Amino acid sequence: MTTKSQQLLNWVDERFPLTSTWKAHLSEYYAPKNFNFWYFFGSLALLVLVIQILTGIFLVMHYKPDASLNASGIPVAFASVEYIMREVPGGWLIRYLHSTGASAFFIVVYLHMFRGLLYGSYRKPRELIWIFGTLIFLALMAEAFMGYLLPWGQMSFWGAQVIVNLFSAIPVIGPDLSLVIRGDFVVSDATLNRFFSFHVIAVPLVLIGLVLAHIVALHEVGSNNPDGVEIKKKKDANGIPLDGIPFHPYYTVKDIVGVVGFLIFFSAIVFFAPEGGGYFLEYNNFIPADPLKTPPHIAPVWYFTPFYSILRAVTYPLFGIDAKFWGVVAMGASVVIIAFLPWLDRSPVKSIRYKGGLFKGILAVFVVAFFILGYLGVLPPTAGRTLVSQICSVIYFAFFLAMPWYSKIDKCKPEPDRVTSK
Amino acid sequence: MSVDQKMDSGRRQLLVATSAAGGVAAVATAVPFVASLTPSERAKAAGAPVEADVGKLAPGEMMTVEWRGKPVWILRRTPEMLASLDQTESVVSDPESNKQMQPEYAKNKTRSIKPEYLVAVGICTHLGCSPSEKFKVGAESGMGDDWHGGFLCPCHGSRFDLSGRVYKSMPAPDNLEIPPHKYLSDTKILIGDDSKA
Repeated sequence: MTTKSQQLLNWVDERFPLTSTWKAHLSEYYAPKNFNFWYFFGSLALLVLVIQILTGIFLVMHYKPDASLNASGIPVAFASVEYIMREVPGGWLIRYLHSTGASAFFIVVYLHMFRGLLYGSYRKPRELIWIFGTLIFLALMAEAFMGYLLPWGQMSFWGAQVIVNLFSAIPVIGPDLSLVIRGDFVVSDATLNRFFSFHVIAVPLVLIGLVLAHIVALHEVGSNNPDGVEIKKKKDANGIPLDGIPFHPYYTVKDIVGVVGFLIFFSAIVFFAPEGGGYFLEYNNFIPADPLKTPPHIAPVWYFTPFYSILRAVTYPLFGIDAKFWGVVAMGASVVIIAFLPWLDRSPVKSIRYKGGLFKGILAVFVVAFFILGYLGVLPPTAGRTLVSQICSVIYFAFFLAMPWYSKIDKCKPEPDRVTSK
Repeated sequence: MSVDQKMDSGRRQLLVATSAAGGVAAVATAVPFVASLTPSERAKAAGAPVEADVGKLAPGEMMTVEWRGKPVWILRRTPEMLASLDQTESVVSDPESNKQMQPEYAKNKTRSIKPEYLVAVGICTHLGCSPSEKFKVGAESGMGDDWHGGFLCPCHGSRFDLSGRVYKSMPAPDNLEIPPHKYLSDTKILIGDDSKA
């Protein structure tokens, strides 16, 4: 029996792998049956990406990347954001969805990364998934940084000024490099326009490509799970993992629950606290950019603060090169080192469920240090705070660099043969 | 290609040569794209000197003018402010201004042509923030009891004295830049041009 729709599907399948792709990635992609709360954040990151692209498309229809002053002496870019907020019907909502979405993206991605850390999702054979993920995180940071310049407020301007000047700390090529990034001798209209171009075209394309690579690599090796055991080791007569369930409908339905829960929180922030208490949209950014006056206190947006603290923590020159350069190196290394986790972890087990007290203790200290770094990053520096951030930076790097040692001597429990469910 | 078939090395060489030539062309095409990222002719030209009138500046007061998109400070220092430069001599990292952060004529303790007027680019040599005025002395300044007045960078806490000399072990590596400048008259300063008439 072939109905009309079946005939149409056959016609398509002979020309395009529609049904086979659907099966490979959804209806016959077998995911472990014991996913818990932590497994919401991957699909939520995808949701936020869609929100950002959709709201971004509509914002570009009204936004103007122009640093020149209008008739009232306000930069055109700044005024166009005000225009979106006050005069474009629904503009305020689209803009708040986009600005809150940026923070939501990082919340979701940090939780997603922490899930990987908890359950050893970066371990063999998932190294490439993890590396693609680290690259996504890097691209996301670039995207957020360049997007933050666009409203052309005080924080936009001086934040960009500081970060672009970081590159000038690189010996030999530094000064020319920062000149090429800015396109001018100071952060100016040229900088605004190229950041706009990168923010709306270049980086999103890279981001989408990396997300695809991340998912394709995941579906090639299969998902990890809270027990950290490979479900592909125990298969039934048909070659289907005994502990696997098809992603669709089981996890599509479960993820919808996650989506609803997320949207409740997200909407609450968008409608009732879109500025996030000055952390999502900083107060100084409601003042137009003034190249002659730095605000009395500048701090990056919250999601950059742990890394910013590491940058500030380096105050000693080394090998005759300024502390400034080593701060940049430390900040860069603190992100890049994440990619090396698959080779740093030598534990016989993947999941924290079977790791010993040593790893759990060190992970707890690492998390505390990360939060302290994040908190110090929003505060102005003092001698005491710099010392604390130096200690926390050492803890941050020690967590990674000492992992080959402590993950080996940790007293682990034996892994079960199959996944456990409560 | 099956194992017994011989590779046609002539064709292979031609393939390699063609690919290499194509690769060179592709790299050459990148040149205008990279060049387009560098400052345009208009940006390079936007460095005209600016004139500042310091006639209305009272002692202890500072004014800011824009030169090449950057803030340039003109501070009229009081005798007490000038005296403070002797006290900061031991705590700043380059008291003699040995690093080339100023024109020859400003390579002195006050880092200026006339001791009274400090003309400096108000951009921290660390990461380019503009330091804030902290002219009050001692505990009142919120900078500690031994503060002699100067500037504090809000971004990373670098401290400068009243001639823009950076304190020791600060994130900023160098003293504030002194722009090329000259006096057109007693109260008129031209910033960005120090050529002799």
